Amino acid sequence: MNNVTVYCELDEGKIADVSFELLTKGRSLANQLNCKLEALLIGHNLKGYEKMLFPYGVDTLFIADDNRLAPYSTLPHTSILVNLFNEEKPQIVLMGATTIGRDLGPRVSSALKSGLTADCTELEIGDHEVTRDKKVYKDLLFQIRPAFGGNIIATIINPDCRPQMATVREGVMKKAIFNPQHKGKVVDLDVSKYVDETAFVVKLIERHVEESKVDIKNSSVIVAGGFGVGSVENFGLLYELAAVIGGEVGASRAAIDAGYVGHERQIGQTGITVRPKLYIACGISGQIQHLAGMLESSIIISINSDPNAPINKIANYVIQGKVETVIPKMIKYYKENTK
Amino acid sequence: MKEYQIIVLAKQVPDTRNVGKNAMKADGTVNRSVLPAIFNPEDLHALEQAIRIKDQFPGSTITILTMGPVRAAEILREGLYRGADAGILLTDRAFAGSDTLATSYALSCAIRKMEKYDIIICGRQAIDGDTAQVGPQVAEKLGIPQITYAEEIISLTNDKIQVKRRLERGVEVLEASFPILITVNNSAPHCRPRHAKRLMKYKHTTTMSESQEISEDYLTASMGNNQIIMEWGVNDIECDRAQLGLGGSPTKVKKVENIVFQAKESLKLEDNDEDINELMKELITAHIIG
Repeated sequence: MNNVTVYCELDEGKIADVSFELLTKGRSLANQLNCKLEALLIGHNLKGYEKMLFPYGVDTLFIADDNRLAPYSTLPHTSILVNLFNEEKPQIVLMGATTIGRDLGPRVSSALKSGLTADCTELEIGDHEVTRDKKVYKDLLFQIRPAFGGNIIATIINPDCRPQMATVREGVMKKAIFNPQHKGKVVDLDVSKYVDETAFVVKLIERHVEESKVDIKNSSVIVAGGFGVGSVENFGLLYELAAVIGGEVGASRAAIDAGYVGHERQIGQTGITVRPKLYIACGISGQIQHLAGMLESSIIISINSDPNAPINKIANYVIQGKVETVIPKMIKYYKENTK
Repeated sequence: MKEYQIIVLAKQVPDTRNVGKNAMKADGTVNRSVLPAIFNPEDLHALEQAIRIKDQFPGSTITILTMGPVRAAEILREGLYRGADAGILLTDRAFAGSDTLATSYALSCAIRKMEKYDIIICGRQAIDGDTAQVGPQVAEKLGIPQITYAEEIISLTNDKIQVKRRLERGVEVLEASFPILITVNNSAPHCRPRHAKRLMKYKHTTTMSESQEISEDYLTASMGNNQIIMEWGVNDIECDRAQLGLGGSPTKVKKVENIVFQAKESLKLEDNDEDINELMKELITAHIIG
């Protein structure tokens, strides 16, 4: 009762990275709160999965195993979470801010009438004092996220309702093994008690997984462009530089809204979070929502004609100039000086 | 031929994509008044999907439902110009300060009042909050299934709808019966522009509050014309007031801050060959690239 629960997401039978990241965060929150860490895994053929989860510090693993539960479908998964949470009354529930978590989370919060904060970038435990009522709420989950298009940072709390629910994007938290020898217990749920037949009303007709052609998240070098790149043609220079030095092309939301490049390359709060060795920001002014997604890059180079672009403050190198002037010079030097 | 009753959920949002320096107040909060208020972009994508259904099944009706201040009627008119048949503005002080859950509760109460509907369609998320919660929360409150991240309606028959949805890696086609709630992804087609004839027809369509304001003491304008845009307050819907507005919102904003990033000692370079070559040399030597 009153534990921290992480919904573990399965993607083609594989536990999603974001779930491990949340277990790592969940373990540290549970330690602070002096409670247990629980995980919930829903799918089919789940024997042996506990071996992957226990090292992250899971004390109790709830498993719902049924061939109708994979792949993910909204209503059956919602039903399991709602019924289980009504029994177990977790104080905190974490899930990935993925197409699954963002489909499931609000549905569950609506059923439980509890608050949900989307896309948190930090989660902390703290006290909240309401001076007017002279009331202190102890050990609340502070859910911190950029808001208002990423222009401000808000701390959200759920003083009265439980569970306190939050989603977090993949890559935002770090995953780390808690203890390779850690052992928890497995609780197999009787699926028929948690899901009614009527929940299976939406039929999957067809599903195909496309391996993403772009792998920005795991690229050690990223050449990213913003609105200041100015045109699709100039974006071509970014592709060329990325190809030459061995990196991927990313973009800010403004560049995507301008139609310079596709959504799959968006870096930032509402896109992908990256931590490359080298981040070359071309014509990116540096809205907070973008910075939140690339701040932890080891080296940041900003190429911008505006010397006062906010991104320059966090850059290691600032080149004041036009993208179309600077990039060809970089390409030229690299080609001439490497094999 | 089948006719569908479609409800489009839409929100008027500040255009957060173009927040200039003057939009931030000294205390770090956002000065909403200087930002233009627009039709939430993904809700326009949703409207387009609704209009496409109507193109295919001409007897269908599209009603846009929005919750917001009186000026949010602007997006209802915008919807009429592009192809909607009617609009409902849910506006009342009682709704102020709603989080996503209280918003979805109010919307679901308004939808219940609307009697019959086959398809509720809305954008995946709004650009001022990016939460993507209201759609699924409304569906849960109404006890109907949902299909999120929709990109295209593949087919519609008397009792079934097939929808293609976009996942992180790949696509899925789902089939459901009515009623259904669909949230439309940003990868779906953009909305068609305003239609000139519709613009002429609807430009004077107003809500009751607006017509009272325009004509002040002219008794004649005491009713919104033709009820094309209706205005509902808290007394017009059946609801539990404890679940509305700030009081009905489980989430509270503890604090809001302007973000200050730790500034780095940055090296300023010119865009000449010398500076750029020096930088590239450094990166290659340090094995950052190459």
